[in-house]
Order: sequence, then structure tokens, then C-alpha cells
Amino acid sequence: MAATQVTGTPGEETAAQAAQTEGGTAPAEVDSAQEGHDRPLEAGEAVEEPQSFPVTVIVRRYDPEVDDEPRWVDYDVQMFATERILDALHRIKWEQDPSLAFRRSCAHGVCGSDAMRINGKNRLACKALVKDFDTSKPIYVEAIKGLPLEKDLIVNMEPFFDSFREIQPFLQASSKPEKERHQTIAQRERFDDTTKCILCAACTTSCPVFWTDGQYFGPAAIVNAHRFIFDSRDEASQVRLDILNDREGVWRCRTTFNCTDACPRGIQVTKAIAEVKQAMMTGVKL
Amino acid sequence: MADQSSVTDGIHYHQHDVVIVGAGGAGMRAAIEAAPKASTAVITKLYPTRSHTGAAQGGMAAALANVEEDSNEWHTYDTVKGGDYLTDQDSAEILTREAIDAVYDLENMGLPFNRTEDGKIDQRRFGGHTRDHGKAPVRRACYAADRTGHMILQTLYQNCVKHGVEFFNEFYALDLVMAEVDGVQRVSGVVAYELATGEIHVFQGKSVVFATGGFGKIYKTTSNAHTLTGDGVGIVWRKGLPLEDMEFYQFHPTGLAGLGILLTEGARGEGAILRNASGERFMERYAPTIKDLAPRDIVARSMVQEVLDGRGAGPHKDYVYLDCTHLGAEVLETKLPDITEFARTYLGVDPVTERVPVYPTAHYAMGGIPTNNDAEVLLDNETVVPGLYAAGECACVSVHGANRLGTNSLLDINVFGKRAGNNAVAYAQTADFVDMPTDAADGVVKLLAQLREGSGSENVAEIRKALQETMDRNAQVFRTDETLQTALADIAVLRQRYPNVRIHDRGRRFNTDLLEAVELGFLLDLAEIVVVSAINRKESRGAHMRDDFPTRDDENYMQHTMAYRTAGEIGVPQEIRLDWKPVRVTHYEPQERKY
Repeated sequence: MAATQVTGTPGEETAAQAAQTEGGTAPAEVDSAQEGHDRPLEAGEAVEEPQSFPVTVIVRRYDPEVDDEPRWVDYDVQMFATERILDALHRIKWEQDPSLAFRRSCAHGVCGSDAMRINGKNRLACKALVKDFDTSKPIYVEAIKGLPLEKDLIVNMEPFFDSFREIQPFLQASSKPEKERHQTIAQRERFDDTTKCILCAACTTSCPVFWTDGQYFGPAAIVNAHRFIFDSRDEASQVRLDILNDREGVWRCRTTFNCTDACPRGIQVTKAIAEVKQAMMTGVKL
Repeated sequence: MADQSSVTDGIHYHQHDVVIVGAGGAGMRAAIEAAPKASTAVITKLYPTRSHTGAAQGGMAAALANVEEDSNEWHTYDTVKGGDYLTDQDSAEILTREAIDAVYDLENMGLPFNRTEDGKIDQRRFGGHTRDHGKAPVRRACYAADRTGHMILQTLYQNCVKHGVEFFNEFYALDLVMAEVDGVQRVSGVVAYELATGEIHVFQGKSVVFATGGFGKIYKTTSNAHTLTGDGVGIVWRKGLPLEDMEFYQFHPTGLAGLGILLTEGARGEGAILRNASGERFMERYAPTIKDLAPRDIVARSMVQEVLDGRGAGPHKDYVYLDCTHLGAEVLETKLPDITEFARTYLGVDPVTERVPVYPTAHYAMGGIPTNNDAEVLLDNETVVPGLYAAGECACVSVHGANRLGTNSLLDINVFGKRAGNNAVAYAQTADFVDMPTDAADGVVKLLAQLREGSGSENVAEIRKALQETMDRNAQVFRTDETLQTALADIAVLRQRYPNVRIHDRGRRFNTDLLEAVELGFLLDLAEIVVVSAINRKESRGAHMRDDFPTRDDENYMQHTMAYRTAGEIGVPQEIRLDWKPVRVTHYEPQERKY
């Protein structure tokens, strides 16, 4: 077990220095900022430092160059409650087994690289905090489902982006304004929720319909269609509605709500899909 | 146009008129210009929508004057003064003049900006952007909630889809190929490593655009993504081309304490206030006129000074507070929803009711690959490398001088990304391909083999951590000759250890172990240049604050640093030669910088 002490000796380093190992977050302050901490410490008074504790992470590994089948591998890592599952994966990769492969970039939930299945639910590893899990039991981490598995936690994203590209995800408007097109605050608000999508695929790969039928457009493509269908500046709503009226389109949705639960951006995915269905029946209401 | 490729001796060869490296804001903005006119390939280490442009929050500056009087001349003045008079003033004039169309371009492409009551693009205040030469803060930042960068990245990617831009996703550019034609070094192409297969690809291009972003991972506490390892800047450096103003690295004032995750300056633009442990609004002492909306270098320094003087908050008194509690839940939920969530998720602090612990975080490189105003890369103070362009954070025009203003980087990538794309395609339409040397891929093959087959026992993550720790400790907001010399000595040791790193993953598919080792090599190179350039600049200007030389010295140092590599293979000490390049002054003579 590679137990790592992340913090330095109490009082010796600043928070900015002590708090982050490479990519590892830290014993962040979880107490109310105003209360309690602004009182200067008395001489010799010890600050109560957050303690790290062992966590077992079981990762579904697969390297097609070596393995016939994916296999579950246990790792024990020393973690702080406020750290991310991504930090646990980094600790495994950097201290125990550098061959572990996963995607990540921003590490705070905006780039969409590290969607994975954690204890059976799709999450971004950088937004899943250790404290949100029962660490008396192992935490299981595997690749998202329904896309071809490439290696360890990495899947082939191309089918996912193909569906996105198919719904013509770009503004289509014939006018050429001199300045900006005008849009009221209410018109802008109409599609605000679906502009938050980061294309992480957490929704699409949590959908049971998508698992059984990879041809289904999936929630993310519909969310991005919604973003344009309900944009008052766009003129191609009907084209997108026709595309999604296809056999593999919105009607395959069984309103399981997995997608809404999975979305790390809090998008009301099922609601957006329902609005697209409604628009097919009664036209787009902006 | 479909990719034309062939395979020889296991190496893939491609040919495109324009080859763009990087698919963040600058790279995709360039691609949107180039792709409709010529065969264009975009090589990117990440899927385009993963790029760090998407993490930018607060806004994009342009003097649209939608909500109050404004002018691009005021914007130019602010940019020059914000850059502590190291900004090239003709470049800043271009930036602020073309800003207006850059915003309209994005809106016309579909970007969902927040709107005013009368349906125009809304604008908010931001640090260092002022009305009439410093009189008061002005609303100049066009924004989409606090995910403006996300919306720019998505909109540009959407338009790349529209134009059928050809992306090579998860291809790591590792070398630039140049060849001498009639005594002139010209660009021939790029060598890249395909993550999925481990195979090498050579992309021949008539013109090449570098838009590879920054290198914040030389620091430990940073707002930058794990992938921001300066590969593009490092590649250009290793070709013997210079780097400009590398000592100027921006620390964003409001990183989540201990984590470095960015909280937008837009929060202060909306009225949030910085307070020390006793609750004092300390920026009133440091910048009496615009207070919390002073430029980032000044705010970051003031925060660190408060902590050094014992007025920091928290159990170790090592951070200050960003107080948003008076803004109300509605402003936070509608205009600043993402940062509200970041504070809740990562610190367990609710900005609606609690002050948020913040501390400066390594954020942005003002320096980089020197270019002229046409985004052409320079091989000395004036001479261009025909066919080679750079734009965005990896480039140094210099529109940001010694300190970039917030919202000027989303602007920079759009204005100079567009210029780079237009000029690269215009060049490609008249130029011929430069013959690709037969050994074009040899350098990359050798580099990878050396790392992959190494039998040493050093650990990549340990060396990287040691580098980041010494940079945080010794080359951060405040610097002295002593701290910088310590950093330099530490880096020298780490460079000696680097050739002995051990790669555990000997496979070919998705070998991120190998690539982290390659990235570490670039980080080591760049960190050393930052430190050497910082040692040489014995004054304080913008983001470069020398405690041992605390004042600005225009007589000796109002000029850009130009760093050249004179030696340094893997395992061999780098030799760096430093030179100077004059600042271009048009209308603004240097003044004492007060806010």
C-alpha cells in the first residue's frame, strides 16, 4: 500500500503550498469560514488537522494487448475525505501502477474528460468526493458502458460524437446582422439549461436504451438539439425535429431519468427530451 | 477535403495545406478561417471540447458600449497600463479594435451571451477595465453567466462541425519539422504521436499554426488543467526558436484556497469583496480608486502581503476571503452559478451565506512564442519563419505585456486565432510544400525510444512534484535572486534525474505513462526558462515582483526578454542565452501605475 502523507507538518506550510499534491486536493477547510478560524492560535495550540484514511478502490482493468477479458484489481490508497476519486486514480497511477489509463484534464468538472462508472453510477471522477462514499466498503470504478472499451477506463468516444454531429449542432440563421442578433432575456433563458452540456457522455452511457441499442441518438445528442431548437435565433428547428423523429430518435426514450441523475452539470435532461417530444407534436413554443 | 495519407516504414504520412496544432479557442478560431478555403488538419492532444478554453469563466472584453459609454481607445489604454507598459501598443490597438467584430462574430456563430433588457449582449465589470483612462470601472466584459469560455469553446467546435473541419483527436504533436530552402529556414510540417495506437504520424503542411495553450503545470497550485504542460511552446523552443517574456507568469487572485480552482474575477465584477481575517476590505489600501477591481497582479500581491503581514484567515492564517454574501442568492445562481457550485463542492462552503477562502493560483503565461501582429512566428526580434504561425496563450504578440487583464485572453484567442487562420491559409494558397526531410520523424522516434526503453529507477510523478513545489515556493508572486537561484539549482538536479525515469507501461495503446514522461521534459525546459528570465530582470513590473528590486526600472528594463536555447539535449544542461527586444510605443508614455 502506498500511503502518502499529503500535508506537511502543521503550521509549517501555507495552505496553498501544503494542500495540493500533484492533482491531489487537500485537506480543505470544510468548517464555516467566518466562524472559529479567525481567532489567532495561542502559542503551542495545535490546529486540528484533517486525517487521511485508507480506502480500497477496485478498478476494472483491461489492456487488449495482454488481457482476454477485463479484470477487477484492488488498490489501497490513503485519502482525505475532501479529495476526489480522480485523486485516488492519480495516486494509484503515480505511486503504484503507472500503466493505469484514464482520461482527465481540468479536474473540476468543466472539460468532461473523466466520466466513469463509480459504484454503478456515472460520475465525473473529478466531481465525486471521497466523503460522499461509504469508505468502509471498496469503491468500484469502471469505464462508462455502451461505448467500445479501449483500455482500462478509456472508451472509444467516436460513436458518441457521431450522434452529436448528426443533429446539426450549430446555429442556422439566414440573416446577416451588422452587429449582434437581438434576443430577449426570456428567449435566452428558454434554452439556458441545455447550453451547459460538456459532452462528457455521462447521460448517454447511463441510458438502458443506449446500452441495448447503440444506434439510439442518446440523451446528449437530444440535449444539444434542444439547445438549438429552442434558440429564438435559429431557423432549422424542423430539420432537427425531423432527424430526431427517426426510429432511433427521441421516441426510444423510456423516461428512466438515469440521464438526469448522471448529468454532472445538473441539466434536466429528461425534461429537455420531453420538450423535444412535445415540439414534435405541437410545434416549437419559444 | 479528405486526409491523404500513406504509410512508410510504419510511419504515417499526411499532407494538408494548413496544419493547426491545438483545438482550444485559438486553434479552432483559426480552423474556421482556414478550413473553408484550403485542406486543413487540426492535430489535438485532447478532444476539442476538453480544451482549457472551456474553463474560462468571466467574459470577453470589447468596447461595445451596450450598457454604458466606452471606447476601444480606453480599452487600449487599460491594456497597456495593465501590462505595466511592456505591452506592444500597436498590438494592443489591434486587439481592442478587432475585439468588437470578434464578439459579433461569436454571437453570429451562435454564442448565447447574456442579454440586456433591450436584447443586446450584456456586459459586466472586470479588473483593470476602466472608463476614460482609469476614472472608474467600466462594463466591458461580454459574458455568458460564468461559463463564457465554455460557451466560446462549444460555439467554435459547433462551427468546426459545420465547416467539416478535420480533427486528429488525441494526437500529441511532439516535433516541428523545418527545412532550409534558399538559405531560409521554412516550415515543413509536424510530427505527432497517436495516443490510441502509439503510432507516429508526420503531417506535411504549407503552413503550420501553433495554438497549444499554456504551461501552468510547472506550478503546483494552479487553475490549469493537468494537460497544460507547454508541449507546443517546448517544441518551438527545442527547434532553436526564441521565447519571449517568460518571466511574466500571472497568478489569478481568487483560486479556491489550497486547491487552485478558479473563481472568476467576474464575482468581484458583480460586487464581491476581498476581506482579510478581521473582515477588512483591504484592497481599499492598495488600490483606493478601483479597489477589488484592480488588475490581477496587484490584487494577488496584496493578498499575499496580507497573509505575510499576519492578517490571513483560517487556522494557518494563510488565505483571505472572497465575500459574495451581500450579492444575494439570485445573482449567484444566475450570473455566477458555476463558481457557486465549485465552492460548495470542493470546499463545502456556500457563497450565498459564507465567505469563500481564496488564495492566488498560477493561471496564465503572458510570455511564449514571439509573433508579430500577423501571428507570424519570429526567429529573432524581427525575422519571421515563413509559414509558421502561433496564437493564443502559447504566443506572445505581446498584447498582455507584463500582466494580462482579465477577459483579454478570450479576446486574444479570437482576434489572433482568426488572424493566424487567415494568414496561414493566405500563405498556403501561394506557397509550395517544403520537402519533408526523410528523417523527419527520427527525433520523435528517438525521444520515445529513449524514454520507453530507459532502465532507470526515477519516477515521473516524483520529479514533477518536486519541480512544482520548488516553483511554488521560489518563483511565485514574490521573488528574489535568492529564491530564484534555489529554484534554478533544484531544476538542475531534476533535469539530471529526468533521463533515468522509468516507464512502466511498455504497451502501445493509450500509453499515458509514456506521454506524462514526455510532458515532464517540456515542463522542465520551460520552468528553467521562466526562472532564468526572472533572475535576469532586476526590476519589478507587472506580474514579476522582485523583493530585492521592488521598483520598475524603465531606463534599463522597458524591453522584452528574448530567450534562446544554445544547447541541451535530454540529460545535458540547457544553455540559455538572453537578449532584449524593444517595446513598441505608440501613444502611451510610461506612467507610474496607480489604481
